[in-house]
Amino acid sequence: MILINPYILQIINLIGINAIMAVSLNLITGHTGQFSLGHAGFMALGAYASAAFTVYLHEPIHQLFPSLAPVYWDSFFFMTSLAFGGLVAAFAGVLVGVPTLRLRGDYLAIATLGLGEIIRVVVLNLDFVGGARGFTDIPEYSNFFWIYGLLIVVVICMARMVYSLKGKAFLAVREDEVAAQSVGIHTTQYKIIAFVVGSFWAGVGGGLFAHLNTYLHTNSFGFLKSVEFVVMVVLGGMGSITGALSAAALLTILPELLRIASEWRMIFYALLLIVMMIVWPQGLFGKRELKWRFKKLK
Amino acid sequence: MSEFLQQTINGLAWGSIYALIALGYTMVYGVLRLINFAHGDIYMIGAMVGYYVGRLLIQGFHGAGVLILVGVLAVSMLTCALLGFIIERTAYKPLRNAPRINALITAIGISLFLEYAGQFVFGADPKFFPSLIEDGVLLNLNGVIINKIQFIIFLISIALMIGLRFIVMKTRLGKAMRAVSFSHTASQLVGIPLDQIISFTFMMGSALAGAAGVLVGLSNPKVEPLMGIMPGLKAFVAAVLGGIGNIPGALVGGLLMGLSETYVVGYLSSTYRDALAFVLLIFILLIKPAGLFGKSVSEKV
Repeated sequence: MILINPYILQIINLIGINAIMAVSLNLITGHTGQFSLGHAGFMALGAYASAAFTVYLHEPIHQLFPSLAPVYWDSFFFMTSLAFGGLVAAFAGVLVGVPTLRLRGDYLAIATLGLGEIIRVVVLNLDFVGGARGFTDIPEYSNFFWIYGLLIVVVICMARMVYSLKGKAFLAVREDEVAAQSVGIHTTQYKIIAFVVGSFWAGVGGGLFAHLNTYLHTNSFGFLKSVEFVVMVVLGGMGSITGALSAAALLTILPELLRIASEWRMIFYALLLIVMMIVWPQGLFGKRELKWRFKKLK
Repeated sequence: MSEFLQQTINGLAWGSIYALIALGYTMVYGVLRLINFAHGDIYMIGAMVGYYVGRLLIQGFHGAGVLILVGVLAVSMLTCALLGFIIERTAYKPLRNAPRINALITAIGISLFLEYAGQFVFGADPKFFPSLIEDGVLLNLNGVIINKIQFIIFLISIALMIGLRFIVMKTRLGKAMRAVSFSHTASQLVGIPLDQIISFTFMMGSALAGAAGVLVGLSNPKVEPLMGIMPGLKAFVAAVLGGIGNIPGALVGGLLMGLSETYVVGYLSSTYRDALAFVLLIFILLIKPAGLFGKSVSEKV
């Protein structure tokens, strides 16, 4: 790790965080088919909640357990802080998921878009997390091992959830809601489960982002950020976890590579987006997963 | 009380601009079931074209006036219509049978493209829209002031909306548009040229957005390449508010949006202005998911 230069390490870390976001959105949009344009809002909630947790509660909690060795203490504390961020986002997910998930298709997309904006504006007006100045001096706890460790946990969690017997219900909701209902699947319940679990991991991703950047501003969680995550899911192939992972890596590296083109960078990016959607409507992997298959020995 | 009335007048002027943009959203959604995210940026292009043409015409004729305003409006509406046509043919047409989410992302891609290309071509710095018409007090009713420009904005928007209403309800073309929005297959079966009608709807919506861009330039002279994002989203909210796909609904939604926004800025705080639209949206979606005037369609199995 010491040999890699900080710029590349930063990109590698960002790939990890974006991958967490993409995989968590993949459960909502890819597997369950609920189009959410507010994922960055949940990320923002998690980021701000966990950053506030570390900044304001570090000392008070440390005084409660003075005997812990600092090394374990920091890791333990960071884990709690991330979990707190995740829980806040998940709670918000329940709060808004229950009423809005009755909406379908475009209406849900717009409602979640609005939600992301509302979260952003509310955070912008909260003074104890910096408001319009931004939240500064967040301790830098995130690193390669935290990010990729948690990414592995997310991927296992999602794969276990979706590729189980009950997980078929998510796919059923995506494919045809009426048909799913008629075979006795409680569609709303599955949608809410997907939404809440997805929001939780978005919150955790946000927490990691906060402690990687050490500075937060609501501008980093705008509408465009949500779009970026949706693009990762669609480009990877709706409902393919490995697809979401690869698309997250691709779409994080691509703007960096385009830096050579300086002013033309975002124009290229936009054009690529359009062309990719027209040429590969199914995404990179379609609904398939990238797998290593071993032939059975006979 | 007079302050309230003043806010109402300001709100109506803003609201009529939202309504013009919302109409474009509603029409496109009506025929394609696509949220055209690039619509806000077409409005930006309208304002930009207005800026250049306005300056050119003022230089050419040594002065400003109603005729110049009409000229600027016409050029900007035509340019936007052409742009709408190109966008529809190159980007949306290949995706007509693709999953909805792909079309939506393409729309966002076009919106990004227009924004960044706009920054590249026009420069990122804000420009000051030439004053095509001298502003002044038109009416002063016990301290409640109606400005000339506000009145003109209101008048032009209403005229455009009446024109649109006429095209949609009274002409053959409008009938075809309504048929297409009812069902693509059925309208093709009775010999309606689907592609042409869709393109035409796009062009009309984009022309309205272009007009809105010029009108915004009149009242709020700072124009820049990113100016379309927020008004675009809010106009979409306005369209949903009134019931998407419904033309009078877009008008009412736009006016409601403009009014509530000026009240919030006037009586609460301007920082909550951007959140208000979306709070309103979620609220309306929860009570009446099809919007104020929309008909809720039950799903057929």
